[in-house]
Amino acid sequence: MEQLISFVRKEFLHIARDWRSLSFLLGLPIAQMLIFGFALSNEIREAPFVVIDQSGDADARRLIERFDASNYFALAGSLPDVAAAETVFRRNEARIAVVFPPDFGEALRHTQESPIQIIADAGDPNLAGSLVNYANAIVADYQRELYGTAKPPYAIALETRMLYNPQLSSAYNFVPGVMTLILMLISAMMTAVALVREKELGTMEVLLVSPASPITVALSKMIPYLLISLLNLLNILLLSYFVLDVPVRGSLALLIGVCAIYLMASLALGLLISSATSSQQVALFISLIGLMMPTLIFSGFMFPIENMPKPMQWISHVVPARWFFAIVRDVMIKGLGWAGIWRETLVLIGMTLFFMAMSVKRFNIRLAD
Amino acid sequence: MKVLFVLLRKEFLQVFRDPAILRIIFIMPLIQLILLPLAADYEVKNINLAVVDNDHSAYAQRLVQKLGASGYFRLTHYALRYPDALRTVEEDQADVIIEIPVGFERDLIREQEPVLAITANAANGVKGSLGGAYAAAILRDFNQEIREELVSLPRLSPLPSIPVQPVYWYNPYFNYKQFMVPGILAILVTMVGSFLCALNIVREKEVGTIEQLNVTPIGKAQFILGKLIPFWVLGLMVMAVGMVAGYIFFGVWPVGSIGVLFLVSALYLLGVLGIGLLISTYAETQQQASLMSFFIVMIFVLMGGLYTPVESMPYWAQVVTWFNPPAYFIEAIRMISLKGSGLADLRPQLLAMVGFAFLFNGWAIWNYRKVKA
Repeated sequence: MEQLISFVRKEFLHIARDWRSLSFLLGLPIAQMLIFGFALSNEIREAPFVVIDQSGDADARRLIERFDASNYFALAGSLPDVAAAETVFRRNEARIAVVFPPDFGEALRHTQESPIQIIADAGDPNLAGSLVNYANAIVADYQRELYGTAKPPYAIALETRMLYNPQLSSAYNFVPGVMTLILMLISAMMTAVALVREKELGTMEVLLVSPASPITVALSKMIPYLLISLLNLLNILLLSYFVLDVPVRGSLALLIGVCAIYLMASLALGLLISSATSSQQVALFISLIGLMMPTLIFSGFMFPIENMPKPMQWISHVVPARWFFAIVRDVMIKGLGWAGIWRETLVLIGMTLFFMAMSVKRFNIRLAD
Repeated sequence: MKVLFVLLRKEFLQVFRDPAILRIIFIMPLIQLILLPLAADYEVKNINLAVVDNDHSAYAQRLVQKLGASGYFRLTHYALRYPDALRTVEEDQADVIIEIPVGFERDLIREQEPVLAITANAANGVKGSLGGAYAAAILRDFNQEIREELVSLPRLSPLPSIPVQPVYWYNPYFNYKQFMVPGILAILVTMVGSFLCALNIVREKEVGTIEQLNVTPIGKAQFILGKLIPFWVLGLMVMAVGMVAGYIFFGVWPVGSIGVLFLVSALYLLGVLGIGLLISTYAETQQQASLMSFFIVMIFVLMGGLYTPVESMPYWAQVVTWFNPPAYFIEAIRMISLKGSGLADLRPQLLAMVGFAFLFNGWAIWNYRKVKA
């Protein structure tokens, strides 16, 4: 025990002496939370659109004004014909083109039906789909205005409730997501690099010939980073509560407890990576590319997991981030208690134990070499 | 020139000698390129729907059927009471609840405007809010249908209408892979180009071999070129391998000119390598370099427009993306791949890349000291 304490002290000295790394370790999560908490969103605003108005009449102009006045679109110019739209799209200068037929206003007044065409740049299919939806809504609004006071008969009223997130704030989704990402990467990457560094510099041999058991060596590497990560967690929660206005609706103690489990899993993963590599370059690349992208993708905060092909869904089951993200969202946003998250938590605990056992085992084997 | 050649040989030997590095440079990006586009599917489908039907009328049934047939919804729960339906949302088994009130059909026919309640789980990001919007659109459709049945409309409807006919260019089938593969490739090339380069130099610092290089007559320019060129070549190789993989696995091949694509990539890589060089001049240890890289990569990935469109960001964040090189590259590579944009169309992106190349390399060279202070 005494040995462990002195080892941990040594690690702390190492970390504290390298103030540049330490300030990065503590400053990064704060900066990232702020940047991504505010910047990431799927809302669409002011998408540039062009107009191909073959009619030039007042009705078309009024509808164009509607588009321009909405938050979703901003007029980027008008074009003589559809061929010209090609160039504009190829330069990414507009997302949609609204085409009015030559007799738009006349047809509207006489035959009462006058179609318009919307050409969408479906290069980004999602954006194109949403923009066409918004365009539809704007046209429908305009149409309703043309009805005047005549209320359409046999109406059904709609009442829409948005549960948990009535303002549809993007931060409610991105804060748990960014938390999942940052906590995993900082702890896994740091443990991995710290251990491999000793290997690369040759000081590992010195540690190994010391009377300390390999578990002591591993633990002494993990404890300081666990403490730093807990401090980071505290910062993240304070920021999300006070600055980003994301509530913690469930029990705070439960949330912190689950985060601690997740951090242990990440640290053990870092240990595992370090036992499999012998250069910091490789360790870093595995933790950056090998952990970051899967965490981003399979946690489900960017893309719904149910949309993935079946094999991908299976893969997502072995990614700790998936379970953690679900728990954080349940506790923070939905306000569920232990009864709502026990299954996910058990899986997470199981994974943590597995990673720990694996890494300690691998660590031993290396010593025997 | 000869010195440079020798240095280049040394660097290539070093890279190709180490199987671990080679694996990382080629295999890991490949795996990611194959797996990620499969997962990165934004299309909202399979929205789980819970129905609380308090009316049990013919109209209510028709409405439920219409929702199920729309292709967006999967009818998963028939709840007897609203609280039961709420519980399914809590357990993430349903995303949207539709509650049909008692007397729905009767009120509708008697012109008493029955109220349908749509409840969407908005904690579930896009799915909940879009699900609510889709449900509302389908209900409006349904309403129109009923109206047309009940009112015997004259052939020319008395109410003016403007039907919208959407046309989707470049990707009419909404194939998300055509959009994601180029973007992911751009990010992978960026990572290989910048971080391997940064770590390579910092490693020499940490292990101490940089001192040995510094006491040789190798000039500053030769040293830097000797480090940049190999990673420049490797980055372009990753690009080529990735494009072939994209074609083999997803059938995604650029619509535009391959020459333009590589010209843009080559220019872009110059800037990215500059970033790597810059990191290496500021970091003393690989740990520091890795932390800086981590921060930068996250900004690259999340603010480059790969997953969430740049247009959706608040204005200040869009200003930040003007200084984010991958944002230009992702945009350019997608423009070339999807729309066949040519050099003339890409002028702003090309200018930005040339600018970045000068900025980062100039800064790095200015900051690089051969002699430790």
